[in-house]
Amino acid sequence: MTIKGKAYIAGIYEHPTRHAPDKSTAQLHAEVAKGAIEDAGLTKADIDGYFCAGDAPGGLWPMVDYLGLKVRHVDSTETGGCSYLIHLGHAAEAIAAGKCSIALVTLAGKPRTGVMPPRAAGAEADFETAYGATTHNAYGMCAMRHMHDYGTTSEQLAWIKVAASHHAQYNPHAMLKDVVTVEDVINSPMISDPLHRMDCCVVTDGGGAMIVTTPEIAKSLKKPLVRLIGHGEAMKGPRGGKDLDLTYSAGVWSGPRAFEEAGITPKDIKYASIYDSFTITVLMQLEDLGFCKKGEGGKFVSDGNLISGVGKLPFNTDGGGLCSNHPVNRGGMTKILEAVRQLRGEAHPKVQVPNCDLAIAHGTGGLLGVRHAASTCILERV
Amino acid sequence: MAEAKKYPAPVTNPETAQFWEAAKAGKFLIKRCTACGEPHYFPRSICPFCFSDKTEWEEASGEATIYTYSLMRKSPTGPYAIAYVTLKEGPSLQTNIVDCDLTSLKIGQKVKVVFKPTDGAPLPFFTAA
Repeated sequence: MTIKGKAYIAGIYEHPTRHAPDKSTAQLHAEVAKGAIEDAGLTKADIDGYFCAGDAPGGLWPMVDYLGLKVRHVDSTETGGCSYLIHLGHAAEAIAAGKCSIALVTLAGKPRTGVMPPRAAGAEADFETAYGATTHNAYGMCAMRHMHDYGTTSEQLAWIKVAASHHAQYNPHAMLKDVVTVEDVINSPMISDPLHRMDCCVVTDGGGAMIVTTPEIAKSLKKPLVRLIGHGEAMKGPRGGKDLDLTYSAGVWSGPRAFEEAGITPKDIKYASIYDSFTITVLMQLEDLGFCKKGEGGKFVSDGNLISGVGKLPFNTDGGGLCSNHPVNRGGMTKILEAVRQLRGEAHPKVQVPNCDLAIAHGTGGLLGVRHAASTCILERV
Repeated sequence: MAEAKKYPAPVTNPETAQFWEAAKAGKFLIKRCTACGEPHYFPRSICPFCFSDKTEWEEASGEATIYTYSLMRKSPTGPYAIAYVTLKEGPSLQTNIVDCDLTSLKIGQKVKVVFKPTDGAPLPFFTAA
């Protein structure tokens, strides 16, 4: 049993807003749902599956009711920022099994306008909460150890932000449109050693949505055909504290699963959407996915190797979370959306990868330095 | 500064109550599985490695080395050092490094456990050995 080629992404929408104090969170979900449904050329009545995660107010019952959906399959898998990459895989499974035929996945929220509610505590709470782990310092700890073990430098990490900024200049909706240099990044204020302010992603309101459907329905619609041919998911944590190693992510497991299902290797990928909560997130995931050897990520990302039209692996051509958008502090959805734009040939002409027929969208959710999930999706233009 | 920081009291539960009772007496406990021999942290009643229920409390030396750390500058209560330390007994755990020069921390540096008060049981931290 495989999901290879059994589900197509027929509709996509990214909310243009980056700050939405005058809208409700549920409203943003409805707006991105409407956008994706219209992009696909469908109507709301066609939707028979719905997927959402922890950003959806109240979860499935309120959302399905608020949106006025009538569905026969639902899934509220919550794995932080990579939830939507897992939703894509799960939607493909449900479609392959005949449980639904047109699935809607939404993400939206307003962290720029207000403070996000805290996550529910796990069994570790008494033993960790007091120490103040945040996204910044949890990823800082990964970067610190990666530098110690492999000699990775702040200058190498900075190249990731530089590449993202080169792409963001062409995105009219990007929150940060200025091209920056390695010096700009390493001279920006230190937030949590060794990560500087410019090693961190933006905080934005907004959202995105996609429509996942059967090959038959996708072919009856007007958009260029983009299908999922491989998917993997995995989780990693300290696991009792044995053999702790913060220099790799759960991508070491989700990546090979996805590549094996797709029947391709990293060398075949023309465009990569890689979760970029921080620069170190990108570097570690590129290694974990096999784009270079473990420890050689610093060298791999340097000298513009991630810049479209310049380097060997164009990444996050929308400007990514580092410059354009990181709606609800969850970057998984926008990773899929830009990969689909590239495969459709709808990316900005300045960053469009020529003959882009194979793309990867990969992300992590949770805290890379503590507990996290990873999900890898391999997408193909038919 | 870290000294003035107020830490939350552990909620505790039947599975971990003994850890916090020992902490009140200045003892730092870990769990060890007598079936597979592996120690682990934070404490569970069932071993996370072999899934045996034959786990026992064990007083740890409190000696550890820094696996990694990050000095968090963006904090309303002042900079603080979050870290993972690896205990002499094996398990690594998340903590803060306190009461020493936070600007000269090094991976591999020796540290030792120190308890800090809360409104309930005290919490374990680590400081330069």
